[in-house]
Amino acid sequence: MADLGSAPIPPLGDDDHVRGEGRLTIVYGDLGCPYCAAEWGRIRDGGGRIAFRHFPIASKHPRAPALHAAAEAAGAQGAFFEFVDSLYADRARVDDPHLWERAERLGLELERFQRERRSDAVAARVRRDFESGIRAGVTSTPAVFTL
Amino acid sequence: MIAVGETAPDFTLSDQDGEEVSLSDFRGGRVLLVFYPMDFSPVCSDQLSIYQEVKPELKEKGVDLLGISIDSIWAHKAFQEKLGIDTTLLADFEPKGGVAKAYGSYLDKGFANRTLVLVDEEGKVAWSYESPTPGEFPGANLIFDALAS
Repeated sequence: MADLGSAPIPPLGDDDHVRGEGRLTIVYGDLGCPYCAAEWGRIRDGGGRIAFRHFPIASKHPRAPALHAAAEAAGAQGAFFEFVDSLYADRARVDDPHLWERAERLGLELERFQRERRSDAVAARVRRDFESGIRAGVTSTPAVFTL
Repeated sequence: MIAVGETAPDFTLSDQDGEEVSLSDFRGGRVLLVFYPMDFSPVCSDQLSIYQEVKPELKEKGVDLLGISIDSIWAHKAFQEKLGIDTTLLADFEPKGGVAKAYGSYLDKGFANRTLVLVDEEGKVAWSYESPTPGEFPGANLIFDALAS
């Protein structure tokens, strides 16, 4: 058998979602995952620089793809982490009207948000993160790498 | 565990819908056999959910995915529905674990270890991997690494 090894965690790119300063933590998270929601507060409040990468597991959390696309669309208007914080803080309100409410509350342009969250570019961006996690050996969420 | 280069033992098992599936049905294409311990166990659930996510990419690479455990077709159907997956699940039910034994994946605990076996177009074992313990499952990265090597 060939000697196999995981691909490394991809380094930060220009379009990674990053917040804070200091030691870097990369989180592969699923926005539909209750364990991620439970951990997110601890990760966020732990300080340092946090990069969030999309890892929706649709079969386990059917709303996850829509939530990740919505977060990405919010990010296009500068509100990625605010949207993620809001989703993890209130997991019971994740239907479309709840996403619209969040977008309005965060001052996003709703029509643009609606258009972009359904776009191929957003889907591809989410998938890119997911595939990088798969190649790096992520098997469950949250997967947290402190570099 | 079965060795690379060996002929993969043919088998015919029933899937979650009661349809018979034979390994030889896939001759000319590649098949990834995913032996796992039991339906509904937490680790098996995570494993099959992750593999479901990469199933389309595997298909693009000409690889079909077959899950195999000692469970009955009814358990497989319920498990498939619970997980929301459409991966074919085969019942290695009678004789219990007979196919897992033929591939060297069966444990004396009464179920198969987590074992991946990639069967090539000619029915030979192209790659295989057995987890150190049933409690951990091989990431899908290993599958893609194997396909790239």
